[in-house]
Amino acid sequence: MLQNGHRPLHHLDLLEAEAMHIIRETVASFERPVMLYSVGKDSTVMLHLARKAFFPGRLPFPVLHIDTGWKFREMYAYRDRYVRDELGIELLVHRNADGVKAGVGPITHGSRVHTDLMKTVALRQALDLHRFDAAFGGARRDEEKSRAKERVFSMRDTKHRWDPKSQRPELWNIYNTRIRPGESVRVFPLSNWTELDVWLYVRRESLPVVPLYFAKERPVVERGGTLIMRDDDRLPLHAGETTTQKKVRFRTLGCYPLTGAVESDAETLDEVILELIASRFSERQGRVIDHDASGSMEEKKREGYF
Amino acid sequence: MATRPSAAASTSMLDTWLATHERKELLRFLTCGNVDDGKSTLIGRLLIETDSVPQDVLAAVQRDSKAQGTQGEKTDLAFLTDGLKAEREQGITIDVAYRTFATGKRRFILADTPGHEQYTRNMATGASTAELAIILIDARSGVTIQTRRHAFITSLLGIRQVIVAVNKMDLVGFDESRFRAVCDEFRAFAAKLPERPEHMVPLSALDGDNVTTISSRMPWYRGKSVLELLETVPVDAALNHVNFRFPVQLAVRPTSDFRGLAGTIASGCIRRGDHVLALPSGRATRVARIVTMTGDVDEAIAPQAVTLALVDEIDCSRGDMLCAPHDRPTVSDHFEATIVWMDEDPLMPGKEYWLKHGPVETPVVVSRLVHRVDIDTLTPRPTPSLELNAIGRVELRTAKPLAFDPYGRNRGTGAFILIDRLTNATAGAGLIASSDIGHWLDTAQGELRPSLSTVTHGEREARFGQRPATILLTGLSGAGKSATARALERLIFDLGRVCVVLDGEGVRAGLSRDLGFSAADRSENLRRAMEVARTLNDAGIIAICAFVAPQDDVRRRCRELIGDQRFITVHLAAPLDACRKSDPSGVYREASAGRLRDIPGIDVIYEPPVDPDLSLPSHELDPAVCAERVLSLLRKREIVA
Ligand SMILES: Nc1nc2c(ncn2[C@@H]2O[C@H](COP(=O)(O)OP(=O)(O)O)[C@@H](O)[C@H]2O)c(=O)[nH]1
Repeated sequence: MLQNGHRPLHHLDLLEAEAMHIIRETVASFERPVMLYSVGKDSTVMLHLARKAFFPGRLPFPVLHIDTGWKFREMYAYRDRYVRDELGIELLVHRNADGVKAGVGPITHGSRVHTDLMKTVALRQALDLHRFDAAFGGARRDEEKSRAKERVFSMRDTKHRWDPKSQRPELWNIYNTRIRPGESVRVFPLSNWTELDVWLYVRRESLPVVPLYFAKERPVVERGGTLIMRDDDRLPLHAGETTTQKKVRFRTLGCYPLTGAVESDAETLDEVILELIASRFSERQGRVIDHDASGSMEEKKREGYF
Repeated sequence: MATRPSAAASTSMLDTWLATHERKELLRFLTCGNVDDGKSTLIGRLLIETDSVPQDVLAAVQRDSKAQGTQGEKTDLAFLTDGLKAEREQGITIDVAYRTFATGKRRFILADTPGHEQYTRNMATGASTAELAIILIDARSGVTIQTRRHAFITSLLGIRQVIVAVNKMDLVGFDESRFRAVCDEFRAFAAKLPERPEHMVPLSALDGDNVTTISSRMPWYRGKSVLELLETVPVDAALNHVNFRFPVQLAVRPTSDFRGLAGTIASGCIRRGDHVLALPSGRATRVARIVTMTGDVDEAIAPQAVTLALVDEIDCSRGDMLCAPHDRPTVSDHFEATIVWMDEDPLMPGKEYWLKHGPVETPVVVSRLVHRVDIDTLTPRPTPSLELNAIGRVELRTAKPLAFDPYGRNRGTGAFILIDRLTNATAGAGLIASSDIGHWLDTAQGELRPSLSTVTHGEREARFGQRPATILLTGLSGAGKSATARALERLIFDLGRVCVVLDGEGVRAGLSRDLGFSAADRSENLRRAMEVARTLNDAGIIAICAFVAPQDDVRRRCRELIGDQRFITVHLAAPLDACRKSDPSGVYREASAGRLRDIPGIDVIYEPPVDPDLSLPSHELDPAVCAERVLSLLRKREIVA
């Protein structure tokens, strides 16, 4: 019991309040903020928090989806149905046109080149095109070891580069939002959330998420120990490979040829949460790009990958 | 895979789980220690033993640890927490890293900060949001300079609870007396800091003794394990729940008939219908609605983020503050603060910075650099500038007035950052020391010239047989100040010398009848008493002043006003527990019943003097004995013979 007769707030309330504070502070301090929206559960929670922060007003910034052209079909369907139609939010979609013209894809060019051109470069293009000076991202510190030290307001130079040596100390909830022309910030309102917090919040707030998070019979190919879903026939089968129906779900969502599925029986949100509590695997292990080498996430960040 | 339970069954399983787990409390804490004291090992162990390390991460750590570790076949737990590549290669942690973990009882966010002495700034950063600190000490080396720094900085940043973990007990044979010796050493230093609960735990982080479970290798230890402490200490100890403060972040105006003020409640609570005051305008109104997306609510508490709609359409926008009408923060453009300097370019008096305080951003000038604090001895030293990682006291003048409370009383409204105007770097962290500077530095109106006396100091000394002085008896309420003052008066009188006692209640009954007990009023009360004391001293008379005088900066101004030569600080150092127990005036009883506020040691910090002329354990000594001791000091200083 607190001195004023209240019970202390619980962790989801505190995390919610902190995120709303960060989102409002960004909008009050920057000229052209944008929210990066990846269609995943973290983005969905972040978008919901932003709507809360400005209620009963409308969202005072657009939402940007960097589209590599290789997302799961269900992601596109969910994005258009929920964000655009149901919430009526201004949705910008950006693709790297040069990359599209050159036919860049994860299968022909490999995950590194594809991610670099269609994600990292595409993001830079979009930010430059619209002259956005602050971009919200849904990254969390618990996702990866090197993120533990990431700031809530992460400075990027005029070339969108992140320099781990020149990040500003962040004290209390007071954020230094001053930047020079051409510089920008990435803002991470969910920094202190964990994967479990996100799911508990999805449940508490009854948020819809892409059905790929729930287990279902899906056509998958086993490749190097990873289960890849064959979402369309752009994924060629190697010699000896076959597509089998397996009951799988996804812990994170990205480009389908680069996203591993896990075998699971969790068909509902509650079952997913129960499975998460019981499991001791971190969600990023499904992402092929993080395996390259220990520390590779950091290198990507320095290059401007989110 | 086992057969699926039905969906209904899993929902009820989850409901059971949520009943105990979803509504967990959140504790933010900080770990500090010297390099190699075993901080990373302790954190690694906490993470592993609370099942917070995913299997794949653990596997990667075991791999890395075999390749580069220091513990042979044992997993080097330090690898769990060392993040960035370059840092890892250098084998050091050079920044603040945040980790989360949970137990069945609580969710934790821990700020991991390094032990190098040059990284004061990182520790201050980690401490700013923490409610508890774990201070690690190597049992072999005991309290070091860094330990003192950790104790001081965490105290300064408002951390009100500490776990002192005496690590590597395995290397001192789990020896109880060694543990006690380290604890005593720590307590001796910590006595110079404001009181706070200190839990001492003997530890072996490497083997896990007393980390999550009580060790059988130290049967003499009767306390809790580190994890048990983390699960049971009060949360929210660092938050002010009393004074309602709402810095307006932005106005929300979706339609012409709705205007809401969005912000995070910095402290206290608010109910629908409450009267509020907008600062700095001073306009009063009431709260019509507390709006959230899931519906209006009747009340909200710190640190919730809400939108308030007011009954009257008053002019109020980003940077303004709402407060309760009878309980206002100080509004001033001139105040004193402690600064932790974080920039390569030193802080220079006279230089202009940006100051950010809540949503307010304003130009600010450092009007005076009062001193630097020597962190190792806690004594103030004169200095021309503040270097990176230095801590000092400054006076600031802002372009816009700020609405604030002293940091020691309200973390939410007493903190600010300084930003370099050229580089935009976050150059300093500021803790507002007291209410505004008040009348201490005012220059009198017009050309006032006191008339000159024809009686000289020498003549007065000869007449009274004494040299005049002002003795400030400072200490908590109940420490025995008035009794000591009267006993001293009796001794001096019986010697045939001349003195006058000024005490808090006496001055308040007359001269300061208009003043209350806020920090600003306490400061002003003391200023008036000092003016009287100075007049008495000028007349050759000894002034004995018995005041709580909780604030270091106010006592310093007393010294400046009276003059260094004539001023004597005596600390009656009875600890809070003893004062509370005796409670001669009943203030502590009243305070715990919620009828009294602003009690030093309870809801306002009492800053013990770091460098008193005399410090007496007044809970163990009779007032007459205390008075004797003061008298012998007066004799030594040749004030009386
Ligand atoms: N014997 C012993 N060694 C320890 C203990 N705790 C840590 N160490 C060792 O002390 C060294 C420094 O520990 P580390 O956790 O890296 O220290 P940090 O620099 O404070 O993070 C490592 O070799 C640890 O294995 C302990 O309780 N007993």
